[in-house]
Amino acid sequence: MGKILEVKKLKVSYHTYAGEVQSVRGISFDLNENETLAVVGESGCGKSVTAKSIMRLIQTPPGEIKQGSEILFNGKDILKMQDEELRKLRGGQISMIFQDPMTSLNPTMKIGKQIAESIMIHRGLNAKDAFAEAVKMLETVNIPNSDKRANQYPHQFSGGMRQRAMIAIALACDPKILIADEPTTALDVTIQAQIMDLMKDLQDKLGTAIILITHDLGIVASVAHRIQVMYSGLIIERGKTEEIFKNPQHPYTWGLLLSVPRLDAVNKDVLYSLNGTPPDLLRPPVGCPFAARCEYAMAICNESMPEETKLSETHSVSCWLQHPMAPKVKSPLNAGGAE
Amino acid sequence: MPEDNSKDVLIEVKNLKKYFNVGAGAVLKAVDDVSFVIRKGETLGLVGESGCGKTTCGRTVLGLYGATDGHVIYEGVDIQGLKGKAKKDFTKKAQIIFQDPYASLNPRMTVGDIIAEGIDIHGMYRGAARTKKIYEMLDHVGLNREHASRFPHEFSGGQRQRIGIARALAIEPEFIVCDEPISALDVSIQAQIVNLLIKLQKEMGLTYLFIAHDLSMVKHISDRVGVMYLGNMMEFASSHDLYEKPLHPYTQALLSAIPVPDPEIEKNRERIKLEGEVPSPINPKPGCRFSARCKYAKPICFQERPQFKEVEKQHFVSCHLF
Repeated sequence: MGKILEVKKLKVSYHTYAGEVQSVRGISFDLNENETLAVVGESGCGKSVTAKSIMRLIQTPPGEIKQGSEILFNGKDILKMQDEELRKLRGGQISMIFQDPMTSLNPTMKIGKQIAESIMIHRGLNAKDAFAEAVKMLETVNIPNSDKRANQYPHQFSGGMRQRAMIAIALACDPKILIADEPTTALDVTIQAQIMDLMKDLQDKLGTAIILITHDLGIVASVAHRIQVMYSGLIIERGKTEEIFKNPQHPYTWGLLLSVPRLDAVNKDVLYSLNGTPPDLLRPPVGCPFAARCEYAMAICNESMPEETKLSETHSVSCWLQHPMAPKVKSPLNAGGAE
Repeated sequence: MPEDNSKDVLIEVKNLKKYFNVGAGAVLKAVDDVSFVIRKGETLGLVGESGCGKTTCGRTVLGLYGATDGHVIYEGVDIQGLKGKAKKDFTKKAQIIFQDPYASLNPRMTVGDIIAEGIDIHGMYRGAARTKKIYEMLDHVGLNREHASRFPHEFSGGQRQRIGIARALAIEPEFIVCDEPISALDVSIQAQIVNLLIKLQKEMGLTYLFIAHDLSMVKHISDRVGVMYLGNMMEFASSHDLYEKPLHPYTQALLSAIPVPDPEIEKNRERIKLEGEVPSPINPKPGCRFSARCKYAKPICFQERPQFKEVEKQHFVSCHLF
């Protein structure tokens, strides 16, 4: 498995009336071929901004990708590409599905035509062949009567079908990378399960690398190979799926895992909840951004940001509890919190 | 249904129907013959996919929609016939918390006025007593007193939902319909709100009708749970029984679709896959509403609607398999 995408020291800010909001504060990560990388975190942690930066969809102004950031796609820096190159990249090499399928489809254009559009642009087919290809794509994403459905408009589709249509558009040109930004948040659980299964099947078939952005750790467990947890513009823990679920080390990751009620848990027990809200990124704290909400916070946590500690080849965490002088804290997950 | 002999019944819903005319002679049967009881001090969960009629059901129980047929009996009085002062008295006992904390607060009113709106309508407190009540409510839901003079846009989603809860509680109701109160919130904030609702229930002896599509959260908060599908009640049982031993094929599929935050369990898990999607509730076909997606469907399922019957003690199912 080779690296297909390398993000290096990515910094993104938004310039607002109140000042500069530092949405992403220097994150680095890789994506390998054929793998699913989950990016998990609360609203405002910078996960969607990261995704948009990869597609160069940050509007400037007010947004700004800072000097020194690099996003290498097969070794080539996306941030230095000219418009012509970018057009080939977007939708052709890297494509994206959005959270809300209703607002991201064109309501005045037939579904088939919306899929055919990108096929015509990137694969150079004529309108008729592209439309036939679009019908085939709808079949691939399990939409029944696809030839009839291709001639319908988005409002005639249900929420789950619209999301399938979005996936069809995204995969129509065999992209190397698919970025899925909260693809199932607006959907019911049964439909969510269908969509996740579909994405997994398509990955097996087409070998696409997937970046899955979500705040729901539940759906991540079944599909992701690796997980990175983001908090206020930083990656605070990353590792293989098993490592994050079996041996999480950051108190924030513990909180995320614990606040999901499990079906085997006792009723009406007090759920573990993270108190407070994430810090204001207009004035990000100098220390660890989670310190204010962390029950294990020490004096040092408010003073300086911890370095990333490597726990294994794949698992690392940024937390002062890893320091040899820090007190040994047991994860509340193993202490019976989730049982 | 469900004869419930226990004396502590607060609300009895009997054969409730709510139809909407959607033009051209078509009828959308949002709630179609649903019966259940809500006991004093309990949390009754109502789950189902979007479009199953759970919100309509909750609103009809509150009298926000007039029922097409059937009865909602609140402490022995049918709320359908209420008018004037009697109706106003009922609205003081029953309140609602809405799903979308962004759309359900008036952006031009201060938080204090939002919370006190019910107090003003019912003429409960004035002047200093009113202010005192507002502060008390803010304390209850974990907000600061200074927040009373601010406007909704200054708050985050979780804080707004707390304001919505304070507003519902300000007039000291007995019964609250929680209509998807956490769906619009982040996972970590969801836990905060659910903890708050449970705490308030214990302190004030409230009764909840908790509507949600998140089954794990419903299991956590509810004493009993009803599963709805296309306007029908498919299964109704204590939350323990329902999750331990789901009887209806739809409930089984719904439970199996919930992702478990554990990669090892997920790897070895056999999911019951539901094919297709929820059919349209407009002019529904006869027979069991779930028959088109049910893998156990027999000929009778397409012709006759199954009865809602007690299969085990306090465990009701509407399915021809039983």
